Amino acid sequence: MRGFRQLTLTNLRLYLRDPITTFFTLAFPPLLIVLFGAIYGNDPLPLFGGYGSMDVSIPGYTALILGSVGFLTIPITISAYRESGVLRRFQATALRPLTYILADVVTNLAMTFLGMVGLVAVGWLLYRVRFEGQVIGVVTAVAFGGLAMFAVGYLIASLAPSARAAQVIGLVVFYPMVFISGAGMPLELMPETIRKVADFLPLTYVVKLLRGLWFGDAWRDHLLETAVLGGILVVCTAVAARFFRWE
Amino acid sequence: MIQVQNLTKSYGSVVAVGGISFEVHEGEIFGMVGPNGAGKTTTIECIEGLRRPDGGSVRLLETDPWQKRQAIASRIGIQLQESALPPRLRVAEALDLFGSFYEHRADAEELLDTLGLTEKRSSAFGKLSGGQKQRLFIALALVNQPEVVFFDELTTGLDPQARRSMWDLVRQIRERGCTVFLTTHFMEEAERLCDRVLIIDRGQIVALDTPEALVRSLGAEKRLVFTLPEHQTCPPLLHLPQVQRVEQSGERMVVYGHGERFAGTVLDALEDAGVHFLDLRTEQPNLEDVFIALTGREMRE
Repeated sequence: MRGFRQLTLTNLRLYLRDPITTFFTLAFPPLLIVLFGAIYGNDPLPLFGGYGSMDVSIPGYTALILGSVGFLTIPITISAYRESGVLRRFQATALRPLTYILADVVTNLAMTFLGMVGLVAVGWLLYRVRFEGQVIGVVTAVAFGGLAMFAVGYLIASLAPSARAAQVIGLVVFYPMVFISGAGMPLELMPETIRKVADFLPLTYVVKLLRGLWFGDAWRDHLLETAVLGGILVVCTAVAARFFRWE
Repeated sequence: MIQVQNLTKSYGSVVAVGGISFEVHEGEIFGMVGPNGAGKTTTIECIEGLRRPDGGSVRLLETDPWQKRQAIASRIGIQLQESALPPRLRVAEALDLFGSFYEHRADAEELLDTLGLTEKRSSAFGKLSGGQKQRLFIALALVNQPEVVFFDELTTGLDPQARRSMWDLVRQIRERGCTVFLTTHFMEEAERLCDRVLIIDRGQIVALDTPEALVRSLGAEKRLVFTLPEHQTCPPLLHLPQVQRVEQSGERMVVYGHGERFAGTVLDALEDAGVHFLDLRTEQPNLEDVFIALTGREMRE
């Protein structure tokens, strides 16, 4: 694992120097609270089981961060690094390939949690949003859901023929999920047919798991979500590992 | 240091390297020259352990570089023909980062200084010029105090002045006891820099020797070229033992010959005859001529 610490720290620094990824991971989610909070407010609604719009949006927006890191940041940076020769430059050193990937995963998880902290802070300051779960359970669920989404990202990066293609695939996969997985807007607002479509979107399961745990459910109430995300994690990691190219 | 035996590598039906054998000795600057597509990069990458040979064997520091890639990686330094760093990574950070991959590290400040990058230490990779990027890649190749360092097309894309300072650098690296393996498609570079040169063409070794011996083996003539002033005639030169033949077209004279004293003897004869020649220059055969003589073709750039 030589080089892991230094590589992770360097990755974080580079992340924060990139205005686009920083905006979408750190600034965009709190902005959503400000914007949609101004539109919908946070009054308790029977539709949301007595919670307000912003209460139920916090876990949703957290899933949104995981999705944007998994479906956009990871495939775009990895494939751009491959295309320009950055990955090859690392490959030609004593750094182990697994160390490189682990540092990348840890960097992205750290950025996700940073974004989530900002999101919760703004939600609490503006609307005193409610949290009824257990911190450890929710943090574990965020990491677990994150790993599953990141695995999809590495899969896209492995299969996409070019950086441009990776970007297009990421956007095509991610955008529908913003609107109909419950991440950007609660699924309660959707008609029945959209909800059926949502059942086929991976991010939906992250949203359901996070929202459940956020408001006090136990893990055993979400075995389906856990199984689906675990399956995505295992299958995507295996296929990505098989097809990953350094050049 | 390096032993290559019958190395072969194909990409689909294209044979990149067709069974070559050679050795590189400790402490030498070994150059592999040839036109683009001759098989240089494939060979160097097989030796570095980045590519798996189809056939034959490669030994680097008494080890199989493909099987023992991880063990070998910490003892060698690599500059790739095409690579990059994250555009926002700064020079000093890159050295810190790459240094952290190794147990034995060179002094980063000293490396920056040697490569003339101290002033650029806080510059982002994306803002560096071609020459600065190349120097940074050399620094990264030296960050682990390697026993052997590989440079693939070190000076491609550099202006002549930057190229010359790169040659000085390579000589300095060797002074420190590091073996240097480089590829180039500039014959002049190989001739001026390398202790031994391997000429490769279409995946086959064409010649392997010191640059001087390669040129000597041609037995090629030296040439003395000058222009006669108007209304002057050239004195007879053919009786001089060093002179082989003389060609004249208008005022332009080309004298061909051999030997250490060739140029001096001809100049003395012209002086004695009172000929005030213009635009005098001598032409020595060089590696370029060797390549043409051995392959029957010019080096394509």
